[in-house]
Amino acid sequence: MVKQKIVLRFPPHLVEQPTIYHLIKDFDLMVNILRADINPKKEGRLMMELSGEELNYQRAVEWLKEQGLRIMGLEQQIIWRSDRCTHCGACTVICPTEALAFNRPEMTVSFDEYKCVVCELCLKACPARAMETLVENANSR
Amino acid sequence: MRKGLSDPGQVLTKSPRPIFLMTNSVLDDIMFAINNGGGLQLKVNRSIEEINEKIKTGKAVVFTAEEIIEVVKEKGTEEAAATVDVVTTGTFGPMCSSGVFLNVGHPSPRIKLEEVYLNGVPAYSGIAAVDLYLGATALPPEDPANRNYPGDFIYGGGHVIEDLVSGKEIRMEASAYGTDCYPLKKIDTSFRLSEINEATLFNPRNAYQNYNVAVNLGPKTIYTYMGVLKLNMGNANYSSAGQLSPLFNDPLLKTIGIGTRIFLGGGIGYVTWHGTQHNPSAKRADNDTPVSPAATLALIGDLKQMEPRWLRGLSFLGYGATMQVGMGVPIPILNEEIMRYCSVSDEDLKAPVVDYHRGYPYKEGGELALVSYADLKSGSINIKGQKIPTASLSSYAGAREIAATLKEWIETGHFSLTAPSAPLPSLEAGIKLNALPQRDPEQKEVK
Repeated sequence: MVKQKIVLRFPPHLVEQPTIYHLIKDFDLMVNILRADINPKKEGRLMMELSGEELNYQRAVEWLKEQGLRIMGLEQQIIWRSDRCTHCGACTVICPTEALAFNRPEMTVSFDEYKCVVCELCLKACPARAMETLVENANSR
Repeated sequence: MRKGLSDPGQVLTKSPRPIFLMTNSVLDDIMFAINNGGGLQLKVNRSIEEINEKIKTGKAVVFTAEEIIEVVKEKGTEEAAATVDVVTTGTFGPMCSSGVFLNVGHPSPRIKLEEVYLNGVPAYSGIAAVDLYLGATALPPEDPANRNYPGDFIYGGGHVIEDLVSGKEIRMEASAYGTDCYPLKKIDTSFRLSEINEATLFNPRNAYQNYNVAVNLGPKTIYTYMGVLKLNMGNANYSSAGQLSPLFNDPLLKTIGIGTRIFLGGGIGYVTWHGTQHNPSAKRADNDTPVSPAATLALIGDLKQMEPRWLRGLSFLGYGATMQVGMGVPIPILNEEIMRYCSVSDEDLKAPVVDYHRGYPYKEGGELALVSYADLKSGSINIKGQKIPTASLSSYAGAREIAATLKEWIETGHFSLTAPSAPLPSLEAGIKLNALPQRDPEQKEVK
């Protein structure tokens, strides 16, 4: 069994293809969509957790690449700049998944990439702007 | 504190006893102090001079306001007062009423600066020719502000100050009407902090003694200077270091006064005055600490010896730009009364919960509840049976580090204490906060 959180980037011409259907039907994968940002004729993003047999997962990844989709690990999407973080904690009540957590009694902020679902709420809730994203369109929303 | 820069704080001189001008209010202060201490038999009586002598010889006993809690619990107030010389405090929170006076020097020909932008952020020039004041919340005129609600406020005065302290080049675009003595009408140049004459951080209001805990009783998310507040009390944001906060450890301002030398922005600064909106008359608990925002301090210091780490530009979504200021005050343990004040812990300090949907902006209703800083720091509070997650805007980790740094400076003889040259207004001043009169300008005032 394999369980992976990934981000799929769809080029505009693939946005209207039933990609998820094929992942389930042809590769017998379980799909848990965490967040989707899909618009007609524009580049789309899909954050999801895939789980299933190792071999099926590998074949599915190959197939997705052949279709022209870009696959990235979810944990690389949001970056916590610990040098900019002042450890106030303002982000920790905004983060819906406790990826950003407040540690007691140290009274410091920590970031668990694996719990992050790339909702991006922290990007602007952080007054010191210590949270950054690699996703180019995030700031132009 | 940057190495190689001298400051009066590093020169240990025998500080003279404070010379009080015998004005009525100061006389009242002294009478107040005598009357208050009169009934009390104080066994410990230590002077600032004695403390400074011990600092000079590396023998001063110093604890942070967090460490001292256990010490007093263990030894009792009297024994702790007999052994401890100084308690250090700290706070690192957003402080909007902050800014810097600059003298950028004259170009050739000379200029009387009129409209000035530093990295696009306007600075106030209504003082002498090349003197400026740059405020932490100033915004570039082209910032869309809340026209694009909630606005990002990505770069403002606080960010320029952070860049200045970081040693970055600051672009200055300025215009002037031109005079016989100051003929230049336009300049577009850049400078670094080291290249200008003066950069004096002057913060009219810092170090609030206690602050509101903000919640949102409304039906949608709001964006405030207390951070993002989710609907229906989805979160409660507070902003004080609590037990480490300077003015919580000297609630009646018995040691902190005009001229008190402090940690400011990573360097050395001084208390110049009481801060704006100073309200020592606020309601107090039995331990003399206020249960709502009360006293404030005006602070000054040379920006050139400060560090960007402790002066951080902030962007509050939907509110504006500001600056996070790191400051800390040493409290001389003159007697067991001061020791008792310094031993307060988060359990003993209470903050008011205020609604920022209607309560604060429209001055509707009072506080919803009083909660302790111990509860706030635990991660959740209970209001009307609802468990509400809490978050701080002030960095407690930063406050801890400031108090520890100040402790180290004192222990190693790099920082000596000052006796105030005059006290700050406290309870006896009877200060009442005013609201702005809203008169009809067309209507002549009837006397």
